[in-house]
Amino acid sequence: MATAILAVAQAWLLATVITSAFQAGAGLGDAGLSTALAALAGVLSARAVIAWGQEYVARRCSASVKSSLRMRLLRSSASRSAARGPVAGSGEVAARSGEVAALATRGLDALDAYFARYLPQLVLAGIVPFTVIVCLATADLVAAGTVALTVPLIPIFMVLIGSATEHRRRRRWNALARLSGHFLDVVAGLPTLRVFGRAEAQLGRLERVTDDYRRESLATLRVAFLSAFALELAATISVALVAVGVGLRLVDGSLDLHTGLFCVILAPEAYLPLRQLGASFHASEEGLAAAAAAFAIIEEGGAAEGAGSPAAAAAAAAAAAAPVSVPDMRGAEVRVESVTVRQHGRELEAPSAASLTLRSGEVTGVAGPSGSGKSSLVDVILGLRLADAGHVVVAPAEGEPVDVAAFDPAEWHRCVSWVPQLPYCFPGSIADNVRLAAPNATDEAVDAALSSVGLGELDPRSRLGEGGSGVSSGQRRRIGVARALLRDAPILILDEPTAGLDELAEAAVLQAVQAAARTGGRAVLLIAHRPAALSIADRVVTVSSRSTGARS
Amino acid sequence: MSRSTPPIVRIGWLAWPLAPRLVLAVLAGAAASGAAIGLTASSAWLISRASERPPILTLMIAITGVRFFGVSRGAFRYAERLLAHDAAFRVLARLRGRVYQRLERLAPAGLAEFQSGDLLSRLVDDVDGLADLWLRVLLPYFVAGVAATVTVACIWYLAPVAGAVLAGTLLFVAFGIPFFTIAIARRGERAISGVRGEMAAATVELLAGAPEIMVAGATDARLRDLDSLDLRLAEAEARTSAGAGVGALLSGLSSGAAVWFGLIAGVAALRAGSLGGVVLAVVVLTPIAVHEAASGLVSAAQHLPGLAVMAGRVTDVLARPDPVAEPHDPQPLPPRPYGLRCRGLRARYPGAPGDALALPPVDLGAGERLLVTGPSGSGKSTLAAILVGFLAPSAGAVELVGPGGSVDIGRLTGDDLRRAVCLCEQDPHVFDTSLVENVRLARPSATNAEIAAALDAAQLTAWVSSLPLGLETLVGEHGALLSGGQRQRLSLARALLADAPIVIFDEPTEHIDEATATALTADLLAATAGRTVVMITHRPELIASASWAARVDLGAGPT
Repeated sequence: MATAILAVAQAWLLATVITSAFQAGAGLGDAGLSTALAALAGVLSARAVIAWGQEYVARRCSASVKSSLRMRLLRSSASRSAARGPVAGSGEVAARSGEVAALATRGLDALDAYFARYLPQLVLAGIVPFTVIVCLATADLVAAGTVALTVPLIPIFMVLIGSATEHRRRRRWNALARLSGHFLDVVAGLPTLRVFGRAEAQLGRLERVTDDYRRESLATLRVAFLSAFALELAATISVALVAVGVGLRLVDGSLDLHTGLFCVILAPEAYLPLRQLGASFHASEEGLAAAAAAFAIIEEGGAAEGAGSPAAAAAAAAAAAAPVSVPDMRGAEVRVESVTVRQHGRELEAPSAASLTLRSGEVTGVAGPSGSGKSSLVDVILGLRLADAGHVVVAPAEGEPVDVAAFDPAEWHRCVSWVPQLPYCFPGSIADNVRLAAPNATDEAVDAALSSVGLGELDPRSRLGEGGSGVSSGQRRRIGVARALLRDAPILILDEPTAGLDELAEAAVLQAVQAAARTGGRAVLLIAHRPAALSIADRVVTVSSRSTGARS
Repeated sequence: MSRSTPPIVRIGWLAWPLAPRLVLAVLAGAAASGAAIGLTASSAWLISRASERPPILTLMIAITGVRFFGVSRGAFRYAERLLAHDAAFRVLARLRGRVYQRLERLAPAGLAEFQSGDLLSRLVDDVDGLADLWLRVLLPYFVAGVAATVTVACIWYLAPVAGAVLAGTLLFVAFGIPFFTIAIARRGERAISGVRGEMAAATVELLAGAPEIMVAGATDARLRDLDSLDLRLAEAEARTSAGAGVGALLSGLSSGAAVWFGLIAGVAALRAGSLGGVVLAVVVLTPIAVHEAASGLVSAAQHLPGLAVMAGRVTDVLARPDPVAEPHDPQPLPPRPYGLRCRGLRARYPGAPGDALALPPVDLGAGERLLVTGPSGSGKSTLAAILVGFLAPSAGAVELVGPGGSVDIGRLTGDDLRRAVCLCEQDPHVFDTSLVENVRLARPSATNAEIAAALDAAQLTAWVSSLPLGLETLVGEHGALLSGGQRQRLSLARALLADAPIVIFDEPTEHIDEATATALTADLLAATAGRTVVMITHRPELIASASWAARVDLGAGPT
């Protein structure tokens, strides 16, 4: 409101000074003129200060909104990545990590324009034209009428053309995300491409993708800029109409110079907020698209449940409503009963009807060809995905067996230590990484865990870079094993912990695993390929897959 | 362009071939700004002159001018926007191409410390973001520069003092205000770029490790870590908001100053008789229009510090030395087949204190097989990198020994060398496309039958036919739908399809169960019968059936 009043005051004061100097021949010493000049200085300064405050407040709001959106996005995509249910249908693209990273950083930055420019302009666009028209009306009805007729045209144009660009805008965002994924894929695969002499050929493909992006963007922009064009045209033509009309009425004497100047100076102020709104509208479109993408991922996060077998699905549904607490694990058995997982998009059951029992103090080896579903079986035991048939139950020493799908996941996970094929490493000290699952472990315990897997020579304080850089992949696997050993959980699951290790390192890891079962009393599930690894197992269960396809 | 040239200038220079398009965009933009300024000036003159009630015909030129400016401004602006965006995208394509060409020379040995999350942030974000240099910084400055110079000259002619004031305030808006706001925002912006990269890397890692983190019960702890990162990012962003606000404040003040001092100078000139009364309004009102046209420069310049940081990182990648220099005087590949001769081969990574590899002398005849064993860290993968020309040895030489003579691999172009020697990588990349395209990249001209034969030799046929979409199955990001063993087999199929006389297998039986590994190795050796094979493994007992012409044990590595 202040902005609008200041604009009117400025126009009035300017007209006053020019008129009195031009027509009355007033000099700088005249009292009336110097009062007007002093007032003008005040008005001009006040407009500048208000512009500062508006921008400052808006930016701070934007920063905090982005922050909360970013964390919700990460929380939700983290839980979604953890649940490895059947991936959505082939048409629907699963949210990829690169896409989420792009969204959480640069993508959301696009919201700045929305908050710092679009929203304040939206408010101004509502107030300023109205105020200006009212003030013009007190001076000259014809000029006020011209402005009043053309101002409403502008939002109408904007809505008409804006709705036409809506779906194009979405396509543009998708193109940007796809491009980002494609570039990363190609760069990550550069060594492979070079081996086969294909790296240069990919340059052409990269250029083609970029060029497609340019064409797609320009097609959008050609239409998007039309609304800006219509808007500018309406604004400048009507300013011209006001000026010509006022000029003609000055000639025939129906208007005085002061009123004329007032109208001509004030008329553009009616369009200024709308013009700036139009300009910032296009700037904010990407921000809105990014916010929509973020909300889509946030909302999907909750709905990542797989289909699963009826029994498991029922148990999971019950768990969601009222989770069953995990029974006393002392002396309990974990029974895997004919678990079958259908692999998404393939007519394949892997594993097909796998059964085994984990007992405290014993090592159960799991073998089977690659692709037979050993890792999927572990996912079912961990409750990360539902079995399509069969179930995993915990049978306590006393009491009824309970389906693991019915447990509160967090409580169940406290009973399990798990070493995936490629353990996660984050930037931080090796000790921090080993403590991932047992944050309160002492330095001595960390050292002991590291030496038990043959990593005694590593300095626990040395820092790992991103993606576990600073250690070899074999050392990274052993850090994963040390991490699992450090956590005092009754069940220990290891997915090929000795792959890529030399004999010496393998022996150390196997000895530590065996000790965890024999002296630690843990129930161990060990997935391995090699006889050396399986030799420590009390028994070995072979998992197999089954093709269900009728395809020849 | 010398080494000391600032990165942003070197990046800016990349657009030189597109200069005609950029000049066109500048001209259209200057015409649009000129129309806006002209509309104000001609309106002011028209009103002032009309108030003297002259014959209407004397106003016709002014009336026509007002109408022309009113109509043409939008059209010029539309043209400017399209031209500018088109040019910016073309510049972007050029920039991406240049960065990729550089990376192509560097990977993998020259890019060892890059991680995927950071690569994403650095290259995709930085390169994309650099398009703003032209679109949001250079073009606005050139446009405003042309329009303002013409306007100031006109005002100067009418009232020199007002013209001087206008020139001063415009220069302050163009250069003085950005100087202040950039100084305020610089630290914040630098922090944003860095923290943003950390955020992207942390996000990618968090999502990749999500299942393990959840089972470890550490999800909240890891998210808390990201929370503090997020807080730093939000704080850095909030710091820049004061800078942006100061820009608006100062540009409002300078526009006001131009009007106010212009008014005083105009009135004084009018009293002194050096300025006609009719043009007083022109002298006073035109500065408002010019300043409005120039007001975008403040936010345009805000982009500069961020762009300079991005440009610095991109040029840093562009300026890395090649891990392997192409020979000045490359020799042609001699006729097939080839054996291998290695003498005194040693390798050291840049900055490493010791050698990564020390290879005993090797003589391998064409069609013979070499077994290389040794524990992790003994330099097995380093040897593979040297043999395909990804890394230059620090001492010693490797020769391809053919029937028509031998050639040092350092004298061959990299592409020729890799036509002769194919590597089956330890961790092959699987591209986010169909299965068949992933195999075909080894030889784009291969027929489907040849691809099927390669897949068969790699024992993938049964698996492929279990897929509903068969060869057309999309394998997902980084081959997410493939198990470790299947990835290896895919890589084997590629190597077979590429049909090079020398094949290097870097731990091909890793991730593959024992029974399959033994069978696979047998198939593999059968499929590569007649070729020279270097088998790198630390599990030689799996390959008992093979007959090796030579064995090298790298032992515990070089000392």
